Amino acid sequence: MGEFQVHRVRFFAYMPAGIRCVAHSARSARLALARTDGALEVYNFAANYFQEKGIPGHETRSTEALCWAAGDRLFGAGLGGDISEYDLEKLRVKYSLDGFGGPIWSMAADPSGTQLAVGCEDGSVKLFQVLPDKIQFERSLDRQKGRVMSLSWHPSGTRIAVGSIDLLRVFDVKSGHAIQRILVDRRLQGLYSCECVVWSVAFLSDGTIVSSDSVGKVQFWDSEKGTLLETHPVSSSAALCLAVSEEEDSIVVGTSEGAVYQFQLLPVKWGSAESKWVRTKPFQHHTHDVRAVAHSATALISGGLDAQLVIRPLMEKMHGKGYDAALRKFTFPHRRLVSCAKKAGLLLFQFPQHLELWRLGATSSAGKDGDILPVSRAPEHLLQLKSKGPEHICCSCISLCGSWIAYSTASRLHLHRVHVENGSVSVKRVPKVPKLLCSAHQLLCSADSTSLFVASDQGAVHVLKLLEPGGCGPLQTLRPNSGSPEAVYLLAASADGDWLAAAGGDWEVNVYSLRHFKPHCTVPAYHCAVTALAIHPVTNNLVITHSDQQVFEFSIPDREYTTWSRKVQQHGLHRGWLERDTPITHITFNPNQPAHILLHDTHMFCILDKSLPLPDDATPLMNQTALKQLSEKARRGHAHAFKICKKYQPLLFVDLLEEGSLVVVERPLMDIKTQLPPPVQQKKFGT
Amino acid sequence: MAALCEEFTLCGLIASAGAGAGQGILGLEPGPDPDRVLLTDRGRTATLYKVSDQKPLGCWSVKQDQTITCPAVCNFETGEYIAVHDDKVLRIWKDEDVNLDKVFRATLTADVYRIHSVPHTEPLVLFKGGAVRTLDALLAAPQQEIENVISDEVIRWSEAFMETQQPVLIFTTEKNGNYFVYVQKVNPNILHKYKLEQEESFHPLSFTAYTKNKILTLLCLYSNGCVYKLLMSLQQRVPEEEQILSKSLLLKMVVSDTVLKGASLAILDKDHVAVLGCLDSPPNIAKECLSIWNTKFQTLQTSKELPQGTSGQLWCYGEKFFLTHGKVLTVIVYKCETSSLATAVGKLKDTQTSGMRTVSSYVNWNTLQEEDLASPHAQQSVAAKTESKRTVSFRDVFPLLSLQELRQFLSNAQMSDFQATVGYIITGLVNRCKTEPTFYPRHCLVQLIQTQGLSYSLCPDLMAVALDKTDVHLLQLCLQQFPDVPEAVTCACLKSFLSISDDSLQGTNVNLDSVISFIDITPNDQVEKQTETVQNGFSSALMEEDSCDIQLTQKPHVVDTEELCPVGPQKAALLNAILHSAYSETFLLPHLKDLSAQQVILFLRYLQFLYIKCSEKVSTDFPGMLSPTINQIMDWMCLLLDAHFTVVVMLPEAKGLLFSLHKFVRAQVRFCSELNKIEGSLQELQRIKHQKDFGLYSIEMLELV
Repeated sequence: MGEFQVHRVRFFAYMPAGIRCVAHSARSARLALARTDGALEVYNFAANYFQEKGIPGHETRSTEALCWAAGDRLFGAGLGGDISEYDLEKLRVKYSLDGFGGPIWSMAADPSGTQLAVGCEDGSVKLFQVLPDKIQFERSLDRQKGRVMSLSWHPSGTRIAVGSIDLLRVFDVKSGHAIQRILVDRRLQGLYSCECVVWSVAFLSDGTIVSSDSVGKVQFWDSEKGTLLETHPVSSSAALCLAVSEEEDSIVVGTSEGAVYQFQLLPVKWGSAESKWVRTKPFQHHTHDVRAVAHSATALISGGLDAQLVIRPLMEKMHGKGYDAALRKFTFPHRRLVSCAKKAGLLLFQFPQHLELWRLGATSSAGKDGDILPVSRAPEHLLQLKSKGPEHICCSCISLCGSWIAYSTASRLHLHRVHVENGSVSVKRVPKVPKLLCSAHQLLCSADSTSLFVASDQGAVHVLKLLEPGGCGPLQTLRPNSGSPEAVYLLAASADGDWLAAAGGDWEVNVYSLRHFKPHCTVPAYHCAVTALAIHPVTNNLVITHSDQQVFEFSIPDREYTTWSRKVQQHGLHRGWLERDTPITHITFNPNQPAHILLHDTHMFCILDKSLPLPDDATPLMNQTALKQLSEKARRGHAHAFKICKKYQPLLFVDLLEEGSLVVVERPLMDIKTQLPPPVQQKKFGT
Repeated sequence: MAALCEEFTLCGLIASAGAGAGQGILGLEPGPDPDRVLLTDRGRTATLYKVSDQKPLGCWSVKQDQTITCPAVCNFETGEYIAVHDDKVLRIWKDEDVNLDKVFRATLTADVYRIHSVPHTEPLVLFKGGAVRTLDALLAAPQQEIENVISDEVIRWSEAFMETQQPVLIFTTEKNGNYFVYVQKVNPNILHKYKLEQEESFHPLSFTAYTKNKILTLLCLYSNGCVYKLLMSLQQRVPEEEQILSKSLLLKMVVSDTVLKGASLAILDKDHVAVLGCLDSPPNIAKECLSIWNTKFQTLQTSKELPQGTSGQLWCYGEKFFLTHGKVLTVIVYKCETSSLATAVGKLKDTQTSGMRTVSSYVNWNTLQEEDLASPHAQQSVAAKTESKRTVSFRDVFPLLSLQELRQFLSNAQMSDFQATVGYIITGLVNRCKTEPTFYPRHCLVQLIQTQGLSYSLCPDLMAVALDKTDVHLLQLCLQQFPDVPEAVTCACLKSFLSISDDSLQGTNVNLDSVISFIDITPNDQVEKQTETVQNGFSSALMEEDSCDIQLTQKPHVVDTEELCPVGPQKAALLNAILHSAYSETFLLPHLKDLSAQQVILFLRYLQFLYIKCSEKVSTDFPGMLSPTINQIMDWMCLLLDAHFTVVVMLPEAKGLLFSLHKFVRAQVRFCSELNKIEGSLQELQRIKHQKDFGLYSIEMLELV
């Protein structure tokens, strides 16, 4: 029914950057996450933990602290000494303001969200007022010696606990004076001479200060008396971060050994009013430093230098063993980093600062299922395009014929004409590419390689004519009727060049008619984020996948959902399909089999055969191995629409080449792990 | 054997005025009784210590601006203490005196080098100019003129003795690298001057001397690590011309290229010297250590590292060493027994007996050689003597009794010589054993075999003799040691072992190392063994599973016979030696047929016992070098069955044995086949796992149905 030659590609040396800090907003159920390369990501917990927004990294920007304030405004501060506000609609830094206190190590918003406290290298704590579209320096608290590593507001907003080197201080916000100075014991084990960095503090409403430090202990202090209440050694190296739940009954601590511990405030006796902080659960999901933790109402969130974001739901807050109770690990972005020139058999890999162009290998032999065919021509690294400047590449694409490469950084769009002729590669930069006013969020070439679609802010899509040999026409812009403020982040063009679909940050999918160059229709709104879009080359049906794993098929000519899509909605998708972990990130079609839709997420790829019946929950979703053992006849009775292959994992990209062979791009976790620096040495039992 | 015993700290050394602890102390002299010493530091203080209590008894200091220049000594005759400060001022005080300022004082006209106090005589005062006076003569006229004997030589060391009631003082001087020895007899006043042989690259570090039979022996430690002996006669009445003393090497302590630094030497008794020093050989770090050497055998008896460093000063009074170690004065008690060859090579057993010990065990070989004593020692010597003509070196060997001595002697010779000599000795002994039925030096033969240099071909008759005498211990040793025992002899041994009753083996000193791992050799071996954990698939229940014909009541009995060793531990050890010996099947089989049916059954039962014991362990091997391996057991079992199958099949008593053996083997085979299956599955798993590595790129076929 479907036999493919699979180009199994593992040479995409993608390395996710380590996670530096996270900020969880309970109000909007979103998690902001900053990576060590300066990139920012926003995960929407309500939309099934989909990575909804991304701001590309920057060489000189290193974000040390993130916080949500004044509603859903996101602020970041870093060792550059600047405080920035992120524009989550336009996906860029809105503005930056110098804190004038040297590198900034910590930042926290006051409980009302109107003030930001910033801890600086020079030992000062500065307060900034959050105004409607800017922040303004208000005043500094009394400057003390030693860099301010961490700070935390008292829930009343009148005090700030500050963690420095070897000490903790409590400031009165009103007077700006330090009212308490607490020395933190250096030695737990090891050298007394090693200074003790208070990596993280939390100020609880009862006046208790919780600190975690480089010695590896979590300590509870009485801020009034300045006395030590409890000490919990959690690690032989450092306890790097901590976060408190909103109810202040649970604390999560991340250590440099990769372990995350939960502390809970539990009654000392059943029914007793007196309660005590107890270290309850250890979790070891990371191999490296856990630099950032957050505590949502139902889960512990941790991010480490091993680039993994782990969301560990707390079982006691869960009702039953549902989908929400599963552990989530995010290693790969929910964005496409690979583009494929289907006609030319080329792959374009996107790295933070360069692009790589590879030609796939070939084989001259055939085989049956499971065979590894001899490679007659090895894959070839054709080209490496380095982007200039400190900005990271935010998106890239290659045309289907492989002759155009476009990529964009935050400020510039770059277009290159590539000639690949019997082994020699020449690349020419297209001059006079029109300057964009804002950054491109997604790039797509039309099927006939005559135009480039540039996803932009405010729902706009720019269309750029690509002219032979190596030129481009003026910029034309498509705008939605609705006037959305959000940026477009997904594009899909039809094979006949008539239609363009664009999905924006408000999850609205607009379809434009390219022939008339105007909006054609809008797909009915759905409450969940769009993860992938594609237009069928034959039927011009738009296939949309959402982060809640729903699949819709929308007929563009008819401006309505197709019968099959309605059937799917009526029947409901298989539970096994809905409970998958990662979103569908790419959709493609097989022109020879119009009823097939090829989709993939990180852990599987699937051929959705519309001609076959949908499975119900009683039949197993993954039935390939069972089917293969059945006779041809018996298969027909058991086959269902979802043909899932889990052989290739973790998948970054799957596409079907024009000649019918499949390309899968894998990035084995082990390959990433071997690239990471050695973790903190730990004694393992039996070694 | 000399040994260093306990060590304790007498006192701490304060870095006193002008002199750090590294320079040591000025002197340590014996006090009025053996347990007391008089310590003089380089400053102003002399202290009297009680050594066993480690506490000071008295302390005397001179005034602030004065310095004691000559170690305080005790006048044994009067019990007074004598010291010199500021080179010329003599002070004499008693125990009860407190302030040194107020005691007797005499100012002399010349600088004093040392005062020597020797029991039973008046103390002698040695001036820096080389003149010697007795104390009483000096005190009679303190201002008398003191002559200068040595022109511009510097005194390095001095010592005083009593020889035939006459005090003798010996001192060495140095001038421009030349060393001179002066021997001064006081009454009458005779001075001899000698010159030491000059050595180009080495110089003397330390001197020590003793007198015996009017001969004064000076030992001199040179910086090349050699101790030289110089002899001087005290009988010469008339001072002669300056003589040159020739030295003879007494002890060479260190290999070449090493230089001895800051060393001192002390005589312990006539055969032992103690050396404190720092060996400095360039690649290594210099280590200071105290060592006791036996000069007679040139052996190092004991040594002790002193990591904190010393001042290179060593005193030795009453079986105690006194030395500065780091910042303390350490006392190390030593023991030094008169050496004999026996003690030197560690043969003397009882080293803790009283003072008589050294005499009793010393054997005079000269007398033994002549007489033909009935003792085995003498016999052996004679036997050895008869054979001695065969080899040149043998003549030197034969007076030595024990093997270790022989080894020691031969350690210089080449290995081939050694083997040949041992071979000659043993052949001689064996020949004599054959001719003289009463002669059988068992102990000696055992020791010779234990040299491990022997083989069957070197002494073909030895095992025959041992078989004759049924010396099972010797046979066991031979089987264990000889690599080339012929199969016929092995079989003869086996036959012999099987026929000896366990009772008669009870007292023999058979080496039981090979059986302790599976036989409880303690007398009450009726221990409950049922509780032992059973491993490796072994289960007696498994063996019974398909034999319904055996009644349940029989079961305990069956278990008993299987679990108890059919032979005693001694016999088991002997049989293990047989199992361990090398053989070739073709040659062994005909000889195996010689065994009687009873012997075969017994051996077979023992082998079965071993096999079952073996299989109980996961490792299927007994621990230990000499224990039989499972392969050896199986091979012997097969051989035995091959050789005697017809007999065994016919024997009614063998039936049960064969039956249980068969069942056990079948269970084992079944178990092994299961293991093989598991192995196959695991290999398949491994193969699947291996497939996972695809490299960076591959083209595969995939079919989705």
